[in-house]
Amino acid sequence: MSALGTPLLTVRDLHTYLATVQGVVRAVDGVSFTVHEAEVLGIVGESGCGKTVTCRTIMGLMPARSVHTEGEVIYHPRGEGSLLGASEDVMRTVRGAHLAMIFQDPMTALNPVLNIGDQLIEAVRAHDRCSAAEARTRAISLLDRVGIPAASRRMRDYPFQFSGGMLQRALIAIALASSPRLLLADEPTTSLDVIIQDQILCLLLELQRDTGMSMILVSHDLAVISEMCDKIIVMYAGQVVEEGTAADVISAPRHPYTHALLEALPQAEQRGQLRNISGSPPSLINVPGGCRFAPRCQFATPECLNWETTLVAAGERDHAARCWRHQEIAEGQEAWQRSDSASA
Amino acid sequence: MNRFGMLPRRLLHTVIVLFGITLVTFFLLRLIPGDPALAILGSSYTHTRAVAIDNFLGLNKPIWTQYGQYMDRLFHGNLGFSFFYDESATVVIRQHIAPTVFLVIYSAVLAAIISMPIGFISGLRRGGAVDQSSRVFFTLSFAMPAFWLGIILILIFSVKLPVFPISGFGSGFVGHLYYLFLPALTISLGFSTVLVRSLRAATIATLQAEFIDTARMKGIRWRRVLWRHVFRNSVLAVVAVYGVNLAYLIGGTVLVENVFSLPGLGSLLVSSVSDRDYPVVQGVTLLFAVLIVLINLFTDLAQAALDPRVGQEIGT
Amino acid sequence: MSAMWAASPSELLMRAATKAAGRQRSVVRRRFTLIIGLVMLAIAIAAAVLAPLLVSQSPTAIDVLHPLSPPLTSGHLLGTDQYGRDLLARILYAGRIDLAIAFGATSVTLVGGTMIGLVAGYVGGKVDSFLMRLVDLFFAFPFLVLIIAIIAMLGPSTFNLFIAIWITSWVSYARIMRAQTVVAKKQQYVLAARALGYSPVRVMFRHILPNTASTVIIFSMVDAVGNIILAASLGFLGLGVQPPTPEWGSMISDGQNYILTSWWLATLPGLAVVFVGVAFSLIGDGLADVLRAGDR
Repeated sequence: MSALGTPLLTVRDLHTYLATVQGVVRAVDGVSFTVHEAEVLGIVGESGCGKTVTCRTIMGLMPARSVHTEGEVIYHPRGEGSLLGASEDVMRTVRGAHLAMIFQDPMTALNPVLNIGDQLIEAVRAHDRCSAAEARTRAISLLDRVGIPAASRRMRDYPFQFSGGMLQRALIAIALASSPRLLLADEPTTSLDVIIQDQILCLLLELQRDTGMSMILVSHDLAVISEMCDKIIVMYAGQVVEEGTAADVISAPRHPYTHALLEALPQAEQRGQLRNISGSPPSLINVPGGCRFAPRCQFATPECLNWETTLVAAGERDHAARCWRHQEIAEGQEAWQRSDSASA
Repeated sequence: MNRFGMLPRRLLHTVIVLFGITLVTFFLLRLIPGDPALAILGSSYTHTRAVAIDNFLGLNKPIWTQYGQYMDRLFHGNLGFSFFYDESATVVIRQHIAPTVFLVIYSAVLAAIISMPIGFISGLRRGGAVDQSSRVFFTLSFAMPAFWLGIILILIFSVKLPVFPISGFGSGFVGHLYYLFLPALTISLGFSTVLVRSLRAATIATLQAEFIDTARMKGIRWRRVLWRHVFRNSVLAVVAVYGVNLAYLIGGTVLVENVFSLPGLGSLLVSSVSDRDYPVVQGVTLLFAVLIVLINLFTDLAQAALDPRVGQEIGT
Repeated sequence: MSAMWAASPSELLMRAATKAAGRQRSVVRRRFTLIIGLVMLAIAIAAAVLAPLLVSQSPTAIDVLHPLSPPLTSGHLLGTDQYGRDLLARILYAGRIDLAIAFGATSVTLVGGTMIGLVAGYVGGKVDSFLMRLVDLFFAFPFLVLIIAIIAMLGPSTFNLFIAIWITSWVSYARIMRAQTVVAKKQQYVLAARALGYSPVRVMFRHILPNTASTVIIFSMVDAVGNIILAASLGFLGLGVQPPTPEWGSMISDGQNYILTSWWLATLPGLAVVFVGVAFSLIGDGLADVLRAGDR
């Protein structure tokens, strides 16, 4: 296992534009981050903020016809060349063996006419010319590892015979079949009920620790992210608006959006109305100038609409936010915290 | 897991439908306005024969007895008596079965050979050369009446360029293949329109499914994804359509046999209408319907074999 | 509101914008299909209705002096048949019959079959069971064979042709409509209407029907093509419209005898069938795309 801190995947200035009937959708508009070995990175944001498109772009799973990408995706064990725009043959050697992905809805993520065993064996043999018997054995042990009881019998079952939680476990097994170094999990628990959610997340964490692989966990649920991740990036309207360690971002958010997301989380002792963020995200086709969050921001001033946003260092340890008033927000946060503890 | 769990129910359903068919064909004869005996005998009308027919059909007895008589005869393989041919209708019909069955199977296979590759490629490369040109081609051919298309094909490939024979069944297996090529092509072109469209739509839909992304994510070859994941799922939609349209295919044989002068059931049906040979009309109709029912049963079985979800459902 | 667009790598935007424009063009192309189909159909209807104004010859006038003249003979734009009758006149007048069958047969079965399917799907229970068994029964028969058998019993005539089609064609509509109704029954807007106490008739016709009609209407276009071809086929077999009334199918049948010498007799009426058939097909395709917002 390599030392913590070695970069595994670097995404640099990624842009993904989609050509649609209504115009050009700037789904990802200048996103950069780095995932290190054995690190769990969380990407959090509302629906439509670009987190899923970012993951799919990294995997090369966006449809080539109507999508345009620019920037760099560097997978360090394979050298410093960008995976973006690499040929399908090259991507094929990377997918599965180095980068793997699990998707949001387990019910549609498996081929309905093939049984689970065949689909898992297919994943096992994708990068390893082992015998059929050996592949089968490995498949069974994988299913076992992800917590599916009576694994060898269930190999012959079809997806429609599995529950949502079981399917997601099977998908995790498929993703890990070729021992990837980085797992991208796109909202893996969103369509599952709460108890199963917990189980799946525990499983993922366990697997991550056992294998030492890195993980990118995508979610709109800040609570999930804060539990699982080492580092967090917050996305809004196709851009990264805050990044930093989980502890820093959660306890001392420097961007108004992150702040609002935290406020919106229901608290145990809370009474009265839930606080939510009024308004809705801007159009990704006719993207407004200046700060994209300004229209909904409680700290916004008229200058915010004219400021071409960049990520500004805020606080310590590579904490950064896309807000020029982050300092005031931090001070404001301290003030609230002080008043909270005072009134407690 | 038993893929064919629905089989017993399905067979029962088939039997019920077969009974229903006999009811319909039975009532067909009752549609004749006026005196059926007169209509059936035509020019060979004599009083004795008329009385014999009345007794045969049981026209003076209650309707259920008549039906009972009809079913009883059916079970003994008796389809009635053809006054036109002066022979048992069963014998007449049996002599005409071979060309029609050959033609149906030939057309079905040819349609699959033509439409599968075109439909699949059209779906994969939407808007591409194959897609655009096949769309134009099939919209045109769909609007062409089968018999007219047959005549045009004869004009081009039998008259102007003597490649294929104009009519007839030929002898021997290879002879049949040769003689029946143009008729089979005529039928399969009409059939293929629906198949191509269906496979194309199914392919497009399947390509957008999430499990294709999972398959690609594994890092397997695209060719394998295409075959094992995309095609295996798209083809399901086509099997259903294939079965349903086989009914129209059978209708097509009637016309095509006429155009190409094939001595099959279709020609027999048409000639017996103008010959006022009612028992033969009735018998051929019944036979066609039974064929359809068997084809539908076969289609359902094929679907159950290909899609594990289908066989589980009770009934059809 | 913002005053300026966000700055971006402009080349990237240009390329993506070009792709986006391409997709907008394909939407226009789909509406185009519908318009072309409607125009073609309008031409066909106009030609048939205005036939007496377009040709001076009568479709039934025999001229033994000029049989089997090829097209572009003086006075006969498309030639004449074996009796010297002008082919163009016969084709236009035949259009009246064939188009009448397309509209007349299709509209009745559309309305009738839809009603039956709607009721069966909405009411459910034994009524539904019975009607759908009946539908299944009809589907067990090859369509053309059943029609031929019915005509055989009733006797060949134009009217009996209508009867035969009405008896057999409603089943497709019934099946489609019933399936749609069963799904619609569970939708919010129907549950809301029923909760408000609206009568079943009102729910069916003013709520369910408008929302589900698009599928059957698109299907009726396909059916119309089928009915035209059916009429022509039966005419071809001598079982449909009877002589001396001109009809495209019987004209093709007659023409087949002269295929070696006078190809135009069998070919040209067929082109008329194809023309009308393509018109309905395009309308059907165009409607399908417009009503269902197309595929991405």
